[in-house]
Amino acid sequence: MKGAKERAPKRLPLQGWTDRDTVILRALLVGAILFPFFATLVTGGSGGALINTAADAGVYVLLAIGLNIVVGFAGLLDLGYAAFFAIGAYTYGMLASGQLFGSPLHHEIHLPFWLLLFVGMFVAAGFGAILGAPTLRLRGDYLAIVTLGFGEIVPSVFRYLGQGSVLGNWTGGVNGIAGIDPPSLPFGISGPWSGEALRFLPRFDFVDPIAYYVLMVILVIVGVVAATNLHRSRLGRAWMAVREDEVAAAATGVNTVAIKLLAFSIGASFSGLAGTFYGAKLSLVSSENFAFVVSVTILIMVVLGGMGNIPGVILGALMIYYVLFNLLTNLPDLAASFASAIGLGFLNASHGDWPGLHDEVQRMNFLIFGLILVLVMLFRPQGLLPSRVREQELAKGVSEQAVFDLREEG
Amino acid sequence: MPRAANDPSFFVQIVIYGLANGAIYALIALGYTMVYGIVELINFAHGDVFTLGGFLALPLIAAFGLREDQSTGLGVYLVLLVVALIVMLLTGSLNVLIERVAYRPLRNAPRLAPLITAVGMSFILEGLMYMWQGANNVHFPDLLPSGRISLGGSASIGAKDFIVIALAVVLVVVLTTFINNSKLGKAMRATAQDRDAAQLMGVNINRTIAATFFIGAVLAGAGGMIFGLYFNTVRFDLGFQSGLFAFTAAVFGGIGNIQGAALGGLFIGMVKAFSDAYFTSQLTDVWIFSILILVLVFRPTGLLGMRVPEK
Repeated sequence: MKGAKERAPKRLPLQGWTDRDTVILRALLVGAILFPFFATLVTGGSGGALINTAADAGVYVLLAIGLNIVVGFAGLLDLGYAAFFAIGAYTYGMLASGQLFGSPLHHEIHLPFWLLLFVGMFVAAGFGAILGAPTLRLRGDYLAIVTLGFGEIVPSVFRYLGQGSVLGNWTGGVNGIAGIDPPSLPFGISGPWSGEALRFLPRFDFVDPIAYYVLMVILVIVGVVAATNLHRSRLGRAWMAVREDEVAAAATGVNTVAIKLLAFSIGASFSGLAGTFYGAKLSLVSSENFAFVVSVTILIMVVLGGMGNIPGVILGALMIYYVLFNLLTNLPDLAASFASAIGLGFLNASHGDWPGLHDEVQRMNFLIFGLILVLVMLFRPQGLLPSRVREQELAKGVSEQAVFDLREEG
Repeated sequence: MPRAANDPSFFVQIVIYGLANGAIYALIALGYTMVYGIVELINFAHGDVFTLGGFLALPLIAAFGLREDQSTGLGVYLVLLVVALIVMLLTGSLNVLIERVAYRPLRNAPRLAPLITAVGMSFILEGLMYMWQGANNVHFPDLLPSGRISLGGSASIGAKDFIVIALAVVLVVVLTTFINNSKLGKAMRATAQDRDAAQLMGVNINRTIAATFFIGAVLAGAGGMIFGLYFNTVRFDLGFQSGLFAFTAAVFGGIGNIQGAALGGLFIGMVKAFSDAYFTSQLTDVWIFSILILVLVFRPTGLLGMRVPEK
């Protein structure tokens, strides 16, 4: 075999510290480990809320990593990614709560979280394959439109399958499913960190946000490792080939439909995994949480962060999450106190048509988020931290010439 | 739910409702199909331009002194026509501005970049309308005549239905004639087919694309105002679902194809009317998007085929 001889040169010892992406990934890992201590320190011992938020943000990080496989690696535009998120969450919700007692089955099902993590993944991947198989032959934007339609259908079906639907009450309809089992481990340890003596416990229930946070960090690490390895694998190179030029890829022997189907399913499985975690952590799933806006938000995280580049996508997810769920929600209060501080306190009172600065800023949320999107895209269409290959393609302009140009520069 | 399922006059009534509804979708779908045909961008802000048409008509109607209970007679329609022209001009210009600011600079960027700015523009427009009129339904004055002509049984066609359908038909015919016969229309078709070749033939690409956005938004703005006059209510996020449905209509008819979009709009309006009336409105979007997926799987070029080749 010719390929076997042309091995890549051995990695230099310092390479890991000079490569931008590796450094960022390591910094993120250290940050993730230190974050709980930091949160506790900053809040003076009550970092629960911060850690809780961080665990929620992790859900979006996982989603962004998964969507990046579809959009960034394989170049397939998915506008209905939240559908798989919903499928994961509802799978867990139905199989780990009292919900199905009211369904035609008349039995509660309480499967363990750890099993359902995989079930959620496979169910989502299965739906990805079902949707993908007939539609992935379509090219370009048609796929985007199909996924958009699917993303609208799934929450609607879940919303419909409640009380009074033709098929019976499976999903709780508009109310969603509440009272979902939290994850639990068959063993655990208590220690001085929770103010108790060091001893083994026969059972550990996930109550404290830190437990969810640790689980989330583990899931994200697994996700990053899996996505990185996929990217470097034969499959990853095939994805890139399909992304760059489908006709050429097909001509060189890549089974483009199978390759795209794999990207779609694997991406969906990440979403299913995130959905399972999300349902377990929130203990509630409702069709409203999986609207088109969620799909768009995840896509924005991927594109703003830098398509195809895992550290970029993680950063993008964290940043957008911060802006959407922290900055924009706190902005009205910030604006009001800022106005008082600089002597414009009269703006805070409401009179006539003016609802007061606080409410006015609250009304501007949509507008501000839209402005951020447009401005960032205008100034950095390649995203904040694009992948190397993409960056060079963009610098060279036309994408059809990119591969050639790169080789020429050697 | 299956109220009078066997009653033919109920059926006729639903058909009329579906046609009126579909006429409005058709007006939005035309803009989607034109813009997609020429720059291959799903212009998410288009649905919000439609809503804005309704919102802009509100103060104009008030400024011209039209009141729901007092204004009658032919004068009202003349004034409404003037209002409509102003609204169309405003939404058209706004869309040209949006194209200039948010899409043109990204014409050679990765394809997802303009899609994200389109979503951003959609948020901006919705945000502006939200700040302006709040989150609730806003009443739109009922100025169209309320007369109805009986069609036998309990079915009847309202003057409103008739006006909405007629307006849409007129606008579609005018637009089709324009695109098929005028010089600008020819430039649009050329640009849609092959931008570089069109440029070499002396077509001013930027102006042609701007004109496409203008015409699309003119129709959407008119659609928004017609929606307000027909349903007597508008809301800041109206354009989201209407936009998605209209986009489905455009795809259904064959994206890039004007008549296809009009036909698709009527079809989607009909599906919506029948699903709402005979089944449940909860599943209306499921049917519509399922149709979308089935069409794309079995006939990706849409019902009437597409004129623009995939690039």
